[in-house]
Amino acid sequence: MFGFTTKQLVGVAIFLFMIFIGVPLIIGATGRWDFYFTLTSVALLAIASAGVWLTFYIGRINIGQGAFALIGAYVSAILVVKAGWSFWLSLPAAGLFAALVAILLGLPILRLRGVYFAMITLVLTQVVTLTALALPITNGARGISNIPLPSGISVFGIPILPDFAAMENTKLAFYYTACIIMILTYAALYRLVNSRLGHLCRSMQQNEELASSIGVNISYIRIVIFAISSFFGGLGGAMFGSIAQSVYPSSFQVADSVNFMLNCFLGGLGYVFGPMLGTLVLYFGWDLLFEFGKYQMLIYSTILIIIIRFLPNGLLSLRFGKGGDK
Amino acid sequence: MEQILANGVYLGSQYAMIALGLTLIFALMNVLNFAHGQMYVIGGFVTYTFYGQWGVPFVLALVMSCVTLAILGALIERFLFAPVIKGSSREESTMLLAAGIAFFLDAVILLVFGEKQRGVPKIVDGVFNWDFRLIMPYDRILICVLAILSIVAFIGLMQYTKTGRALRALAQDRTAAQLMGVNVDRYSMIGFALGAMLAGLVGGLLVTITGVNLGMGGATSIKAFMMVMIGGAGVISGAIWGGIILGFMEAIGLALLYQYGDITYLLIFVSLMIFLAIRPQGLMGKPWG
Repeated sequence: MFGFTTKQLVGVAIFLFMIFIGVPLIIGATGRWDFYFTLTSVALLAIASAGVWLTFYIGRINIGQGAFALIGAYVSAILVVKAGWSFWLSLPAAGLFAALVAILLGLPILRLRGVYFAMITLVLTQVVTLTALALPITNGARGISNIPLPSGISVFGIPILPDFAAMENTKLAFYYTACIIMILTYAALYRLVNSRLGHLCRSMQQNEELASSIGVNISYIRIVIFAISSFFGGLGGAMFGSIAQSVYPSSFQVADSVNFMLNCFLGGLGYVFGPMLGTLVLYFGWDLLFEFGKYQMLIYSTILIIIIRFLPNGLLSLRFGKGGDK
Repeated sequence: MEQILANGVYLGSQYAMIALGLTLIFALMNVLNFAHGQMYVIGGFVTYTFYGQWGVPFVLALVMSCVTLAILGALIERFLFAPVIKGSSREESTMLLAAGIAFFLDAVILLVFGEKQRGVPKIVDGVFNWDFRLIMPYDRILICVLAILSIVAFIGLMQYTKTGRALRALAQDRTAAQLMGVNVDRYSMIGFALGAMLAGLVGGLLVTITGVNLGMGGATSIKAFMMVMIGGAGVISGAIWGGIILGFMEAIGLALLYQYGDITYLLIFVSLMIFLAIRPQGLMGKPWG
């Protein structure tokens, strides 16, 4: 069906069943309601990580996703709080604005390669934080707080999305929302990778000059990919701001940008679902280690170093030794 | 004006040293060392412990900073970077490792030294005052001179010793160096240790003026990245130029725009972007090196 093997379809079905029915059942049974927040965060960070993964796909190391997540979070917050937009409208607006910024910034910086691109994107994160501190519209260090919960949407009187503020269990609602957006993101990513554009990206990843010489418009493709990548970043960031109901310049910092990159590396760069797994492992691992108090960071980073020392090609390289699902 | 120039020289000499270590490690192993800022902070804390806490002479404390970081750098290269570079199918995996090490060192610093700002007693008292046109405390002048001497010593080492020649050969072409009989593994380790040592030395020097705290690591790494981008990655002279240029831009920016606060860094970044759009490989860098 649609060119998928039965195995893949069963896998996707099990995955969907787990996140939409399995997880709520397990949480309901164990009573660990705090896991909803953790898993929602994982889903949102996985969206932003998907963007980073996409820039890896054209052979660029992107450590600037925190910048676009922060831009997205601020755009959504400003639109909701100051302009009175509905959150659901501000969400794509945040993504599009981040994509626009990415196009403007991408024109000069996408000419850079390798570590140069990595370094400038890292600096970019710092600069967006500083900009948020300096601009009047972002309220400086005080940030924007008390962002209202997403309101409902109804078309011709038929409610499509419920009003989050009127709900007794917003955690579950946010969990479902985040999961749906995450699945849409990864479906789009999978589609993209297996499209003509995806093949062109792979040719760029291997050798840009060669790709260019056989007629691939590399400067156009890398701008498009960077814009899509930042769109995901803005989307994840906007959703994050809405859940936390506040945005500060420190909401997404250099460390977050590095973490987005780590998620991709850890999951494995050769697999579309790598960043999702990487995010889950890293974020969950971090959360579980909370009990160790001040040793949390030490244990976390030690495990990280051990993983990369013995599995330098990512976690998924364990299972799919040969080829894997592209 | 004299004041701004003097501040520029002072900042630039330190920045150049930080960038030198980073660029050396990059040139030798193609590793972007995220942990460079953390190494700098550790250097500061070692000097703080020896000089500030135990009353060891300052020069000896500096030496201890260098030795500690050199050993740390050598161990990290030998047991972490070298095996990962060999086993990984992509060069970028080293970035993950470097980031992991940065987190790890941050955790160690937090556990051992805590998160408070630490300072040490002044090494020399007094302020140099030239008719109120140029005011500079003597300890800053001393640190600046020491930094410039270290840079000169480092260049001398790279240019005129056997080790330096081997390191330069390694940076030019790893395979060719190996074919010429350079012990690549050994010199990679020495180079990494040297880079880490430079970070430790700056940390030790600067602790006497700015003090040291946990949060400085990340910010220092970012500044070092900017300098390396200005000068060109993996080029020694580029790192020095990058350090001097950033130092002067910061000194001038902070003097002229002090009422706007962080806007200086914003302007520096914007000009960096324009510069890189015209010259993507930096001042001295090889294209796509």
